Amino acid sequence: MTKKVYLDHAHLLHLLKAMIRIRHFEAKCVELYQAQKILGFLHLYDGEEAVSVGVMEALTPEDAIIATYREHGQALARGVDPKCLMAEMMGKLNGCCRGRGGSMHFFDRKRRFYGGNAIVGGGLPLALGVALADKMQRRSAVTACFFGEGAVDEGEFHETLNLAKLWRLPILFVCENNLYSMGMAVERAEADIDFVHKASGYRVAGEKVDGMDVVAVESAARNAIDRIRSENDPYFLECRTYRFRAHSMFDAQLYRSKEEVEAWRKKGPILRFQTWLEANRLIKPEEIAAMEKEIDFEIAEAVAYAEAGGLEPISELERFVTMDEVPA
Amino acid sequence: MNAPEPTFTPNRMTYREACKQALREALLSDPRVFLMGEDIGRYGGCYAVTKGLLEEFGEERIRDTPLSESAFVGAGVGAAMAGMRPIVEIMTVNFSLLALDQILNNAVTIPHMSGGQFAIPLVIRMATGGGRRVAAQHSRSLEGWYAHIPGLRVLTPATVEDARFMLKSALADPNPVIIFEHVMLYNMEGDFPSDMKEVDIARAKVHRAGRDVSLITYGGSLFKALQAADALSSEGIDAEVIDLRTLRPLDTKTIIDSVARTRRCVIIDEGWRSGSISAEVGMRIAEEAFFELDAPLRRVCSREAPIPYAAHLEDACLPQAATIVAVARELVRPS
Repeated sequence: MTKKVYLDHAHLLHLLKAMIRIRHFEAKCVELYQAQKILGFLHLYDGEEAVSVGVMEALTPEDAIIATYREHGQALARGVDPKCLMAEMMGKLNGCCRGRGGSMHFFDRKRRFYGGNAIVGGGLPLALGVALADKMQRRSAVTACFFGEGAVDEGEFHETLNLAKLWRLPILFVCENNLYSMGMAVERAEADIDFVHKASGYRVAGEKVDGMDVVAVESAARNAIDRIRSENDPYFLECRTYRFRAHSMFDAQLYRSKEEVEAWRKKGPILRFQTWLEANRLIKPEEIAAMEKEIDFEIAEAVAYAEAGGLEPISELERFVTMDEVPA
Repeated sequence: MNAPEPTFTPNRMTYREACKQALREALLSDPRVFLMGEDIGRYGGCYAVTKGLLEEFGEERIRDTPLSESAFVGAGVGAAMAGMRPIVEIMTVNFSLLALDQILNNAVTIPHMSGGQFAIPLVIRMATGGGRRVAAQHSRSLEGWYAHIPGLRVLTPATVEDARFMLKSALADPNPVIIFEHVMLYNMEGDFPSDMKEVDIARAKVHRAGRDVSLITYGGSLFKALQAADALSSEGIDAEVIDLRTLRPLDTKTIIDSVARTRRCVIIDEGWRSGSISAEVGMRIAEEAFFELDAPLRRVCSREAPIPYAAHLEDACLPQAATIVAVARELVRPS
């Protein structure tokens, strides 16, 4: 029944590379933030890479994505160009949204990436609409809707799960449960911390998956997508994960101990996968070195592209407040 | 299936029927159009606007929703982003507050925030206004709030003609549009030319030309203003009545031209006075036509209280023709 992920050498390298790309991209973002080239909020995905990378492996280019405000990883894993993302981080005209969205609002129409959303739970109803539009237009696409466990506190979660099941919409709900909504520990916010159980309250089937294990996430997502397509029903994945860094750059982390963070770091998705690959001689040290070099080159290119980017003229500030036409 | 509705020929009908025919026309002319909302299907619509549409167009396009305003309005936004032309009905403006996040943070923000990658061709219809003795939580007039928001178009059809044709203009707009239907207008009958096919939503309309004072209003207050103009006429005061029709973007030119002719102005608005659309209209006049005025600007708005249930209190709360007459008279012939 359970579909195995086909773990050939190229695929293993691909998964590792996708996760390291996100980690290194964000490390560079922190540097640029400290240099005040990136401003505002910066919510790092550090520690949660396996979730996006695993889920995106199961999607086709026709599928749609609704992302969160911690969406650097989701966008990179979807294949959005790191150059446009870095330029967006730096508020440049050559950014994916011309510098209007920034870190929390990446959009990429071509990749059906329907946006980072900085209102917790605000993306869930959008997933209903995108999935409904696909269904009504007889497209077989699935909408992957990412949200944190904090979104479960919002009414939108409950309204959306109910409607998704009622209307039998092809939505993969991906709950990135990193155990804290900002500083609020999940057990302090939820009377019932079993999210799969909550989803079942709306008769949406689901399962828990180890969100620190990229292969487990990919396998679960592939099975979920198959099931959504064949049974014409939504599905719910709770990916248990952890963010290694602060909620945003303004967070003193008074709500958790250093020991707790360190314990989770030892279970980190990159460390764990890379260690497993090395222990089983599935990857050579020089392959990792070459991979990291390639990624760092790619990121350096992205930074150079962003640095070279111009600024949106102030005369264009009101452009797109109203649209002249619906983009084709 | 019910007997087919008359196909757009009668030129006299109720406001309710005009809203329905507009929806039918939209559903017939574009397969991407579909309706979502509470009790729009089997129940036939809270105000019976959508009665019969489920039987005619089926459950896929006439979608009854649970009481989940945020979810189904957000679904409208998402569907518009992914190629459909949804028309969402929110039962009343009072309940739209439960969907305000989707309207403000998603529908009107995403086109700009995505750098123009996405348009949101979404139409939201909702009933607004007081007068039905249903107390504060069902009687608000918040269209002025919505008119505060860049990226939205806010339409307030006050006539059968506009109820019949504004939807077509709204659907042709690639941006989110809210249509506010005043609850006291649904039973009103009106005419329009039988060969009429569309209306221009860019312009306010001079319903009655006059020389002495401009009565500027919209929506459910239009007919109160017209009644007031009749009464003023019998006193020898010639009032001009302007229907704003579109609260955002405002047709400032028609307002300024009128005030330049009459040199006096009363703005009638069912919203609360403080921070209202009447305040915006007044300020535009002050900015652009200050030296045309022979008298201070005046307003007739709702009293600054929740709309009460008891009939005498509700009537006292809302703008009334008699108040408009008194304020206009005082402006033209100060005592």
